[in-house]
This record gives sequence, structure tokens and C-alpha cells, in this order.
Amino acid sequence: MLESKLNLDFKLVEEARAHASRVADDTQRFIDGCTTVAVERTICRLLGIDGVDASDVPLPNVVVEHLMDKGALPQGAAFWIGNAMVETGKTPQEIAEAVAKDELELTALPTHSEDEIHAALDPIVQDSLAKIRTRRKRREDFIASHGGEKQGPWIYLIVATGNIYEDVVQATAAARQGADVIAVIRTTGQSLLDYVPYGATTEGFGGTYATQENFRLMREAMDKVGEELGRYIRVCNYCSGLCMPEIAAMGAFEGLDVMLNDALYGILFRDINMQRTLIDQSFSRAINAYAGVVINTGEDNYLTTADAVEEAHTVLASQFLNEAFALRAGLPEEQMGLGHAFEIDPDVENGFLYELAQAEMAREIFPNAPLKYMPPTKFMTGNIFRGHVQDALFNMVTILTNQKIHLLGMMTEAIHTPFLSDRFLAIQNAQYIFRTMHDLGSEIVFKEGGIMQNRAADVLHKATDLLGQIEQLGIFETLERGIFADIKRPRDGGKGLDGVVNKAAGYFNPFLEPMMKGGAGK
Amino acid sequence: MSSGLYQIRDKDLDTTLDLTRLKPYGDTMNDGKVQLSFTLPIKDDDKGAAAAVLMAQKMGLADPNVALRQKLDEAFTFYVVYGSLTHSINYNEIVVQTVADEAMDMHETDEFLKERLGRKLVVVGASTGTDAHTVGIDAIMNRKGFAGHYGLERYEMVEAYNLGSQVPNEEFLRKAAEVHADVLLVSQTVTQKDVHIQNLTELIELAEAEGVREKYIFCCGGARVTHALAKELGYDAGFGAGTYADDVATFCAKELVRRLDK
Ligand code: B12
Repeated sequence: MLESKLNLDFKLVEEARAHASRVADDTQRFIDGCTTVAVERTICRLLGIDGVDASDVPLPNVVVEHLMDKGALPQGAAFWIGNAMVETGKTPQEIAEAVAKDELELTALPTHSEDEIHAALDPIVQDSLAKIRTRRKRREDFIASHGGEKQGPWIYLIVATGNIYEDVVQATAAARQGADVIAVIRTTGQSLLDYVPYGATTEGFGGTYATQENFRLMREAMDKVGEELGRYIRVCNYCSGLCMPEIAAMGAFEGLDVMLNDALYGILFRDINMQRTLIDQSFSRAINAYAGVVINTGEDNYLTTADAVEEAHTVLASQFLNEAFALRAGLPEEQMGLGHAFEIDPDVENGFLYELAQAEMAREIFPNAPLKYMPPTKFMTGNIFRGHVQDALFNMVTILTNQKIHLLGMMTEAIHTPFLSDRFLAIQNAQYIFRTMHDLGSEIVFKEGGIMQNRAADVLHKATDLLGQIEQLGIFETLERGIFADIKRPRDGGKGLDGVVNKAAGYFNPFLEPMMKGGAGK
Repeated sequence: MSSGLYQIRDKDLDTTLDLTRLKPYGDTMNDGKVQLSFTLPIKDDDKGAAAAVLMAQKMGLADPNVALRQKLDEAFTFYVVYGSLTHSINYNEIVVQTVADEAMDMHETDEFLKERLGRKLVVVGASTGTDAHTVGIDAIMNRKGFAGHYGLERYEMVEAYNLGSQVPNEEFLRKAAEVHADVLLVSQTVTQKDVHIQNLTELIELAEAEGVREKYIFCCGGARVTHALAKELGYDAGFGAGTYADDVATFCAKELVRRLDK
């Protein structure tokens, strides 16, 4: 056990983990009984179905809607496509195209034996898995041949122009200035689309559409600038909303490295139905696990609607839950970018000490996780000059407590999505602090029984109690009561519930098992 | 020594304040000093700095001083420039559109509504279109309110419905009809590419098409919303940063009574 600067009670940590683990087991039983339109579309994509029909509807949607109309989704898309392959000898793509042209009715074909269906699907499944493994290996090789993984925080920057080609220009500049991770923020409204748009896009509000082609363009550009700089630039996108697992699959094919992928964010902040999100997150995380993608969880967002001093324990509790859910999907700790944020009101006396205590606590409780630390946003104002100082304090916490995925704060946060110059000033600020305080963290100890130790103990206690309560309530009722982020969501409310179906006997998802092993099947 | 920053004071500078010829203030009345920063899509060299000076002169700055030129990328350079503004404006001629009523607190508004309206004021609020930001509308509507000012749900004489975020305009109007609303409160936070203008305009057009524009009081709010903008878009009032429920409740209560008195 590592030495705790905060003198944490690790018995309590174990207790909290045990509660979270039981909550996840309970939830997993529910998840295992259902599938969703998004999960089935993902299976279509993994089977190689891509492109759009004459009215721009993505073919995975065409196939899944076709099955939904016939009430046949409970058997799973893999079953029907596999069956059609046996019957017609066509590839999944050809089958999807035929369905789109109304030339083929999948449920009208004679059904073949399970063995035949599996045998038909298997080469395609293996091929698809191999494609993802190759992508993963490419990343690992690139890093290994360029001096290995970067030590210290990864500088994470956002681009959000709405136009992928403009994003590429900005991302290239950011990489040259020192960014390690480039995140393309998604456009407003994409999370509520029940399909993934197709092709390169140049129109978006507050962000850019996540499409497979946009992923490819950004990856290509970052490979290019990475070669020039002699280091690997990670690309990040958002595996959230109504298409969580589909986006995971697209990212896995295109070599994305980091994905925002929270078990609860969509429920709380986009009003997506909780059953839908919980099922979707599970498969999306299995894909991310297999592809070696680091996920980022979204606890930081809670603090935009709830108070960071009062509700700090809900952040910790949610980190425990996200960890438990992720483990169940085969995702190792090394790929869990558990989230938290520097969001205490600048008017709070000793607020910095509480932030430092919280960050150190997360570090000690999740020692192997590449923690994602978010900058101040809520208390950023039009006073950009003070904002730059707030961001400096945030940078200090990261270097003192060894946070990993360090999302740079912008002094213009309250005004617009970042300008090129905002990003430069932010990088300069962080690099200055990371350089001059490089080893400060290992030089200081916290006072025995002091403000910070007491604060951490208090938060840990409350989080453990809360998790005990959640274990009693179950995850659904917890969300119904508004325990997270002060936001209440009904079990049968929100968007996307009509896309949830119970699995029938004989249902199968050929990708789940190999992917759940994580580590590209290692 | 370069001009601008370290310049010995201009002897001819008239240092008496004249509001009809208002200028920015650095450290001496009428010195006109401003600071600005911008990026040009060009490489960082002397020619680039000269471009920045020209740019500042075109903005009306005398003696521009490029205090910083910083390469951002091969073809992007960042400049921090100081200068003296040559323009002035007549402060006395400015007329600002504001929501005129002096804000009453919760009890005063409740009393006012009891006496003058004699029933509850029905308010429906939402963050509409694709906007997922709720903190602003919640600050106005939620019981606990914002910065010590109670929200509309706590008012005895207000019946408040907060529909949350990402509410389509059609649904918003449907709900308003269903609960016989007096007031519609719209919140808009995302303003990139003027998405808020499009969405706010769409609501008013929809209301006009359905013949209900005059039936309700329409108010909008958000960090980038001003009363003037709201009026231009056909709303009755607009509220920006730092608004409390008191401001909105006062306006709506008085406006409704004014309409009924007509
Ligand atoms: C919190 C927050 C979020 C939270 C929102 C949680 C929630 N449930 O609301 C989360 C994390 C979900 C979020 C998401 C996004 N956000 Co955001 N977010 C913020 C943040 C940090 C604070 C906003 C806030 O809560 N302010 C506090 C409230 C109280 O202030 P207010 O809204 O101005 O409200 C006051 C007044 O304006 C007025 N008012 C507001 N509405 C109304 C309505 C009426 C009728 C009245 C009378 C008054 C009124 O009264 C309020 C009280 O005084 C700002 C940055 C900042 N510091 O401002 C970015 C910010 C607003 N977000 C931004 C963006 C781009 C997004 C995203 C689009 C990013 C993305 N691509 O995913 C998504 C939104 C997706 C979507 N579909 O909308 C941008 C907007 C840029 C722009 N100008 O267009 C900002 C400025 C950040 C940035 N620099 O990029 N965000």
C-alpha cells in the first residue's frame, strides 16, 4: 500500500468499493437481459456495414429499423444477418444494401441452424477484431519507437470550430505548441441523434459532428504532426448520447485513443433514458477496453449543477461506481480516466486546500487510473485576467498530485469556445507551472490532522455512506431521487427508451465475449 | 524609447472630462489608452508586426505599440497592442433600452399579484432547441433560486412549470397552451454561429403562425442576451447575466396587469 499523505482510512476505501461492486453486479443483471437499437447498430458496423441509403439514412439504422418493424430485434442483428449470409451467400454490406432497396426481407428467409450461422459470421468477426487489434498495435508501436509514454500530465486541448478541416488546422497548431491529447468537441444536439451522421462535416454549433470520416481525418492529421514532432498525439472524442457503442466502434476502427464515456452522464445531462444508457455504456466500454482506448468519465459535470464543497462526496461515490461498471466491461484500471474537477467557488476561504485534498484523495484511492482533471468552468467569468489565475491554481493541483489527463483551462471559458491564442496562453501557463513545480509534490507532506486530512476523511466517509445507501436503493432509484448532480430522472422517462428491447432466447452478440477480455483479447 | 507605453505626456492633451467627447482612460484623462490582442494568419516577422500596427491604426488607434508578438504556429502570430484611441463618443446622447420596472422582492410581487391580478401568474420556462444548459433557467425558477434570491417556484402567487432543457419550440408552446400560461420564459446559452438567434426567432414565428403571440408575455434570457436584442427579436423583454427571479417576476406581473388594464 502506498504511503498516504492524507492518512486515508483504506478500510473505508475497501468498504466503498465493495458497495459499488454490488451496485454494479445488480445493474449488470439488468443489462445482461436487454439490448438496444444502438447496440445492434454497432454489431452491424462491426460486421462491416457502413454507408447510407438513398435518403442519407445510415445502413446500420436501415437494418435495425427493418428488424424492429418486424419485431425481430430480440434475436439480435447478428442472428438475422448471419442467417441471411447462409441463405444468400452475400456479405453483410450487400445484405444491408438489399434491405435498403427493399429487395430483401430478413425475417422472411428460412432459418438455419445456429452452427451454420456462427460459421458464416466467424470469419467476419475475426476480421473485424483483427482490424481493431492492428489499430491498437499501431499506437503502441508508435509510442514505443518514439521514446515511450510521456511521464507527467498529458496536456489535453479542445478544438470545436464546427468544421473538421478548420479543427485540423487548430489541432495541428495545438500539437506543435505542446498538446498531448486533442479532443474534438461534438456539436450541440448530436447526443440526441439516434444515428451517426456520415462523411466529413463542416457545419456544427459549439462543436463538430462525430463521424467516422471526421475521426479518420483528425487521426491522419495527428499522425502527420506526430511524426514531425517525434511524439504520439492522442485523439479524443465523445462516446456518449444515444449512439455510445456505435461511436466506440467507429473510434476503434479509426485509431482514436481517448473517449469520453460515462455510465451516467447522458442520463443526467442529456435526459437520456437510464435503462438505455446503462445498456449502451456496457458494450461501448467493452469495445473501448479491447481497442486500448482510455475512457474519461464525467463526474466533473456534477459540479456544474451541484456545489463542489457540499457535493464532493457524490463525485467520489460516482468514481467508485464508474470503476465498478468499467471493470465489468473488461476495462482495466489503466484505461479508466476517472473524472473530477476544480470547481470550488473562488470566494470560499481555503477553497484551494479542499481542491488539493480532493485531487490527492482521488490519486491515492485510484492509484493506477489515468485520472482526468477538469479546469474551473462554472466560476469562470468575463474577467479573463482573474480566469488566467484560476487556471494557474488548477495547474498547480495537477502537478502537485500527479493527475494524468489534464484538460487545460481557458481564460475565456465564460465567453466562447477557444480561440487559437487562448489555447497558446493556456499551454504556456501549464508548462510554466509544470516546469517550475515539477517535484514540489514529492517535497511536501500534509499536516497531521490538518485541514486537508480532515477534509479528505470527511469526503470519504460521506461517499461510503452514500454508496451504502445506493446499494440499498439500486442504481435506478438513486437516479430517480436526484442523488447525483441534484438532477432527478424517472426510470421510464427521457429519450431513447423505445430503443430498448428484451433479449429473446438464442440472442447473441458475437463481439461481446472476445472484447470483454479487454487488452485486444489478451 | 518606443512611443506609447513610456511616452512623456502629450503637452496639448486637454485633461478635462467632457462627456460629449468621451474617451478611454489609462492613467490620464482623455489619454484614450486601450489594450487589445488578436491573432493574424501570417508568419511571425517584422512585416507581421507592421501589419499589426496598420491593423490597429485602422481601428482608430494612434501610436500603436506592439508590446508582444508571439508565434503560435508557422502561419499564425499573436499580438498584444497598446495605443490611444482617436475616436470619441457623445455619452449624453446614449439611450439604453432596459426593462423599466424597479424590481420588487418576492413578497412585494406576491402582494401585487394578489391585489391586482387576484389569481396565480402561470409561468412556463425552458431551455429550448438543442440547448442543454439548465443552470440559468433553474436560477430563475427553482425554489432555492440563485445568490440568495428565491426562484419563481417559491412564490405564493406564481404557478411555475420548468420544462428543463432541449425542449423543442413546438412542445414548449403546446405545454403553454395546456396549462393556460401567462408567461413564457426561454433560456439560451449556446450562441455559437448565432444558433440562439435562429432558435429564438423560430419560437416567435411559430407563435405568430399559431396565432398566440399576443396571448403570452415572452421573455428570454442568457449570458449573451440583452433587452435590446430581445426586443429586436420580437420578445417583450430580455434578461442577461446577473438577473434574479425578482427582476423577471416584477416585469411579468406589472406587464400582465398593464395589459389587462388596457
Ligand atoms: C455549466 C456549463 C455546462 C454544463 C451544463 C449543465 C446544466 N445542466 O446546465 C454542461 C457540462 C452540460 C455543458 C455542456 C455544454 N456546453 Co457549457 N458551459 C457551462 C458553463 C461552465 C457555465 C454556464 C452556467 O451554468 N452559468 C451560470 C448561470 C447561472 O448563468 P446564466 O446561464 O448566464 O444564467 C443567468 C442569466 O443569464 C439569466 N438567464 C439565463 N437564462 C434565462 C432565462 C430567462 C427567462 C431569464 C429571465 C433569465 C435567464 O439568469 C441567470 C441567473 O442570473 C459555461 C461557461 C461559463 N463559465 O459561463 C459553459 C458554456 C456556456 N458552454 C458552452 C458550450 C459550447 C457547451 C456545449 C455545447 C459543449 C459541447 N459541444 O458539448 C455543451 C452543451 C450541449 C448542448 N446540447 O447544449 C460554451 C458556450 C459558447 C457559446 N457562446 O456558444 C460556454 C460559454 C463554455 C465555452 N467557453 O465553450 N455546459
